[in-house]
Amino acid sequence: MNKYKTEVMVGIFVALTIGALLLLSLKVANQTVATDADTYTLYAKFDNIGGLKPRSAVKVGGVTVGRVTTIALDQEDFTPVVTLSIMKEYNGFPETSSVSILTSGLLGEQYVGFQPGFSFDGVANLQDGDYLQDTKSALVLEDLIGQFLFNRGSDDE
Amino acid sequence: MSFFQSLGATTIGKITAIGRATIMLFGALIAVPRVKNIPLTIKQMHVVGVQSLLIIIVSGLFIGMVMALQGYTILVDYGAEGSLGPMVALSLLRELGPVVTALLFAGRAGSALTAEIGLMKATEQLSSLEMMAVDPLRRIVAPRFWAGIISMPMLAIIFSAVGILGGHLVGVDWLGVDAGSYWSIMQSTVDWNQDVINGVIKSLVFALVVTWIAIFKGYDSIPTSEGISKATTETVVLSSLAVLGLDFVLTALMFGIE
Repeated sequence: MNKYKTEVMVGIFVALTIGALLLLSLKVANQTVATDADTYTLYAKFDNIGGLKPRSAVKVGGVTVGRVTTIALDQEDFTPVVTLSIMKEYNGFPETSSVSILTSGLLGEQYVGFQPGFSFDGVANLQDGDYLQDTKSALVLEDLIGQFLFNRGSDDE
Repeated sequence: MSFFQSLGATTIGKITAIGRATIMLFGALIAVPRVKNIPLTIKQMHVVGVQSLLIIIVSGLFIGMVMALQGYTILVDYGAEGSLGPMVALSLLRELGPVVTALLFAGRAGSALTAEIGLMKATEQLSSLEMMAVDPLRRIVAPRFWAGIISMPMLAIIFSAVGILGGHLVGVDWLGVDAGSYWSIMQSTVDWNQDVINGVIKSLVFALVVTWIAIFKGYDSIPTSEGISKATTETVVLSSLAVLGLDFVLTALMFGIE
């Protein structure tokens, strides 16, 4: 009888743990089950990536379609190369698509905004391993202020 | 001369103690494949795990509630009270869950393990087992060791989950943070591998260290009432220090290098 009670209590303990784990996995953590099998890889060269980090989101019109996996410097022309892994269910973007580095909110984190281009005859779809040609760099606040001051100076003359 | 003698004696004493502890750990780890030890382990899980549930749930609830209250008063100044969810969840999953559980476990279960095994030694129950050709490492130490290692990560997971619900209770139901932003910003910030799994790994390491220290201090105690009281104190002090020190090392390894 006593042994039975012990086993019931341990059973409740295990059930509580599983419940807590379910809460953590379903409500707390984002279960990005994006493994290599479910994604394809695109590359984009930027002049300046600003504050972009690995694991930043790639969004099309606000919908997250993938993540930044690695950021490296091209050894030949010394520009940053960003590797994007996009979920397989979002394929068929035309080659004329462009990417830009945007900021969510005034102080938010930076993400890659992906604008699908127009598709017409003769434009192939993006395949695994392709480079995106049309890229816009991150806005760097110092450059912006410098440009503004420069414009003001030239106005006065 | 006597200084060097005492220095040498202390060093040799510490090193032989580490040796004895390793032999005991090895003996306990070897003993796992025995099927007949499983009922004993379940009984010990009841002692160290189930009976610690109440203190874990209550402290988790209150720590989550306090963090929500403190975080809200600061975040609301910047209009960023939506970030309350990730703040509570990340601090619980990464740090407070594993660490506070380990500290409470050392006080609640570790000290009991030391006292129990120490008293078994003092009343010569361990020697009697050996006389009957029963290996006390297999019969006494191994079930308690495995019960501790299995129970503590489970307790830490429950602690974090209850803490997040406690944060919800204060933040959303009382202070009026939007429930949607509490959960959705939490979901977009907390990563399964980076945060949840790393927290579980942390608490596994703490479980190993705390249970090992507790059992070894009991097994190695001087078999007098004074010796057992000293061993119990040493268990709590040493395992708390080990948990806090290891926590820094693990945090540096897991989150420090970006």
